[in-house]
Amino acid sequence: MNIDREHALAYLRQMTRIRRFEEKCAEVYSAGKIRGFLHLYIGEEAVACGVMPELARDDAVLATYREHGHALVRGMSARSIMAEMYGKQEGCCRGHGGSMHLFDSSLRFFGGNAIVAGALPMAVGFGLADRMRRTTRITACFFGEGAVAEGEFHESANLASLWTLPVLFLCENNLYAMGTSLERSEADTDLCEKARSYRMAAASADGMDVLAVAEAARAAVNYVRAGNGPYFLELKTYRFRAHSMFDPELYRSKAEVENWKHRCPIAAFENRAREAGLVGDAEIGAIETDTAREIQDALAFAEAGTLEPVENLTRDVYTRERRAANAGPP
Amino acid sequence: MPSLGADMEDGTFIEWHAEPGQKVARGQVICVVETQKGAVEVEIWEAGVLAKLIAAPGQRIPVGQVMALLATGTEDWKAIAAAAASPAAPPPPPVRAALQPPVAAFDASGAAPPLSGRLKVSPAARRRAEELGIDLAAVKPSGAHGAISMANVELAAAAIEPRDAQAAMRDAIAAAMSRSKREIPHYYLASAINAENSIAWLEKRNASVPIGERVLFVALQLKAVACALRETPELNGFYQGGKFRPGPGMHLGVAVSLRGGGLVAPALHDVDKLSLAELMARLKDLLRRARSGQLRSSEMADPTITVTNLGDLGVDTVFGVIYPPQVALVGIGRSAVKPWVTDGAIVPARIVQATLSGDHRVSDGMRAARFLVELDRLLQQPESLV
Amino acid sequence: MSGTVHINYREALRQGLREALLRDERVFLMGEDVGRYGGSYAVSKGLLEEFGEERIRDTPLSESTFVGAGIGAALNGMRPIVEVMTVNFSLLALDQIMNNAATLRHMSGGQLNVPVVIRMTTGAGRQLAAQHSHSLEGWYAHIPGLRIVAPATLEDARGMLYTALQDPDPVLIFEHASLLNLEGEIAADPQSVDIDYAAVRRQGTDLSLITYGGSLMKSLQAAATLAEGGVSAEVIDLRSLRPLDDSTIIASIAKTHRALIVDEGWKSGGLSAEITARIMEQAFYELDAPVSRICGAEVPVPYAKHLEDAAIPQVDGIAAAARDLVK
Repeated sequence: MNIDREHALAYLRQMTRIRRFEEKCAEVYSAGKIRGFLHLYIGEEAVACGVMPELARDDAVLATYREHGHALVRGMSARSIMAEMYGKQEGCCRGHGGSMHLFDSSLRFFGGNAIVAGALPMAVGFGLADRMRRTTRITACFFGEGAVAEGEFHESANLASLWTLPVLFLCENNLYAMGTSLERSEADTDLCEKARSYRMAAASADGMDVLAVAEAARAAVNYVRAGNGPYFLELKTYRFRAHSMFDPELYRSKAEVENWKHRCPIAAFENRAREAGLVGDAEIGAIETDTAREIQDALAFAEAGTLEPVENLTRDVYTRERRAANAGPP
Repeated sequence: MPSLGADMEDGTFIEWHAEPGQKVARGQVICVVETQKGAVEVEIWEAGVLAKLIAAPGQRIPVGQVMALLATGTEDWKAIAAAAASPAAPPPPPVRAALQPPVAAFDASGAAPPLSGRLKVSPAARRRAEELGIDLAAVKPSGAHGAISMANVELAAAAIEPRDAQAAMRDAIAAAMSRSKREIPHYYLASAINAENSIAWLEKRNASVPIGERVLFVALQLKAVACALRETPELNGFYQGGKFRPGPGMHLGVAVSLRGGGLVAPALHDVDKLSLAELMARLKDLLRRARSGQLRSSEMADPTITVTNLGDLGVDTVFGVIYPPQVALVGIGRSAVKPWVTDGAIVPARIVQATLSGDHRVSDGMRAARFLVELDRLLQQPESLV
Repeated sequence: MSGTVHINYREALRQGLREALLRDERVFLMGEDVGRYGGSYAVSKGLLEEFGEERIRDTPLSESTFVGAGIGAALNGMRPIVEVMTVNFSLLALDQIMNNAATLRHMSGGQLNVPVVIRMTTGAGRQLAAQHSHSLEGWYAHIPGLRIVAPATLEDARGMLYTALQDPDPVLIFEHASLLNLEGEIAADPQSVDIDYAAVRRQGTDLSLITYGGSLMKSLQAAATLAEGGVSAEVIDLRSLRPLDDSTIIASIAKTHRALIVDEGWKSGGLSAEITARIMEQAFYELDAPVSRICGAEVPVPYAKHLEDAAIPQVDGIAAAARDLVK
């Protein structure tokens, strides 16, 4: 294992945080504390945890409605995320967004988009702005393989490549677009080929292996930051849980899920790190203890949070309201 | 019953995957529930021993209802099961109200007939009719779609205004005069005044001026009344709140009978200070406006005394009722040729009867007598009234 | 500098673009055929030569993505002007406009704002049939989070763009294609114009013609005809379709007591229906006649000239409806 103890612990800690945080989310969802849709990332943690450390602070990140993990690893607090899901005004978006719409502009984390492929055109625009302003920033856009079937993927891939924009397209291929498997929706299931058809650099990596993800992401980020244009990185992964909470999983077999669970990215990485002598029971125990404390704290924070007054309902629809009528035209 | 989605209200219980007394771990699937979206496995979020399974296959169970009891920690699962031996039956699932059928089909055509027997009246017309006290049933419609418009209401109001105004005026007179006779202790004085000098002087004056500048005897009378009041200010003013308040000037209310009936007594202001010619002009203007309904509200409100001349109508003597809160009324009859004794000889002379109605709360006959004497004196010297 | 210049609507739009590009280096124009071709309506003709390919940016026919890119660039510090060739094509980008531009500010709890300007032509009158002739600005005016404006005069054609770029939120500008050749004299010095208020374009006392965009000139012509017959029509140019300037509309109705709304869009669920409802809510007791509407016929706009004419408001129809209303 070509990695030091500090990094191994960091990967383990981040993946564990996502896993435990989302387990708690599922629990409080069942109790009716979180409402709306709740899409869990459990099983896919290695993707966000492998990619995010390769990005710079002022790079932009756009993600999907399955973005709790990305938000946590990008640096948003468990408190602000949990409070948001509780619909409290202490949440990152004052309870306006919920689980699917986490934003933190100070971290250049631009959400939380619940329209499949909806963020891709915006990512192209982010890249365009960075290019026109001659910055070295790049934009990382996460999306699922379901987005590849949308026209926006093809338009965005084409435009980003045509204009040589610094955009990193990160395709989290978990094999199912909700309940529709890749084979049942794509004539050609080779996603990299689609990207290459737009003359975009493309590569694929094992999304269940955080080190493989990190290595592939590093190469992709370097390529994009160097001004070579966009890059398509496919990360092959699997979600262990249902698409959302209300999903009887009629579309896949239990055996298939169990098979993938044997490849759990956290357990796999932990075992490798133990074998390499980088971590032991004490470190693992400390991570679990810290994580449990962080989540309990987030939960208490959310529970104690306050509801935004209904009088504020229509604020933030516009940045500036229309000038008062009595002010008159300028 | 766990809530598995915002749109889930209940679930139908299928089967247990565990039995009482069984140890369960956090995250373990313990039962299956059928939802609108299909069968879902239900996990348990706490470790423990299942004490009692409440939900039974086929039951429809609302979200939030207890499905099983769990013994955690050191709790004895058998004790819990025993304590809950006779569970209450689950409440029936909520009944959804049947959707109401639409009340009426949407009619996209433009002008629709009235939906009820209600008159077609524009909102603005309805409001205007209320302001003017107009009965909408009597208004002829000609507005858009055959509805009564604001203009229709105003036209109707103009047509019926005289009758209404007359009734209103009758009411006002009735109220004022009733109050006067109820509250004011009237006394009456009368004097016969030889008007020969005045009339002769006037005829001579009028002969030398264009027709438009001629002065009527009534104007001379008004000027004389105003000047005579200087001697007896207690006849000129108001009685209000148990106190007399002198008038701010000699504002003579001139009683004018209207063609349609009723009367008004608008004020000529500061008559004592007006030249005779000016007074005449103002009087003409006032009469014209009174009869065409164009009086100003100030004219209606502030006479300090009223003068009634019924001479034109052939009346000899007027005994008037004071208009509250005024305190006196001067009545003047027709000038008629009568025998008059002067210097011990009987001569024919034009004589007018001047009367005074006074408010005994404010004045008495002795003072009022001085007024009539002064009035007589002034009318004998008409040149002093120019 | 003072005095006036003779100019047409197309040139006024171009001046507005030039001014915006000159005044703010963050501004760029992006859309189909805005560069080499000169704009499908020649609005941006010459700008590529003056400002270069970076800032006058031809795009592929990818409405969803170049509109979305405008939104992304706006979020990332630029002031993009996105041109969509016609409102009909904007439906391909509706997801980006509706689900991103209009929602991001509120959804993020006020953290983000999207200062993008999206221009598009709208309306019928050139025999382009049902896929190039519709007036869908009323649809967009339905959406909270967007500002919708419609320049109907030369001053507004020139001035609204820069004001819209100053706005921190997404602004959609609807330019009626039939106005492109409208000519007239305007001040040589560009004046700043607001995008908040309706304007009374003609004073009157008997009824209020409430309109905007391509129907303004028709309504003004109708008002002139009506004046010959002794009917005094006030003409209101809405200018901003969202938010609507209720106060100007209501003040006019308090004076005239009658309203005729002229809108090339369809009646059903449309802008004219919204204005009617607001009049009912705010000025019911001022009305001396039911609110009346002259709108687009409820058909896809047909090709044949006589049918197209019949499908959208015309001067005679406006005048006749007005006479009906004041009788």
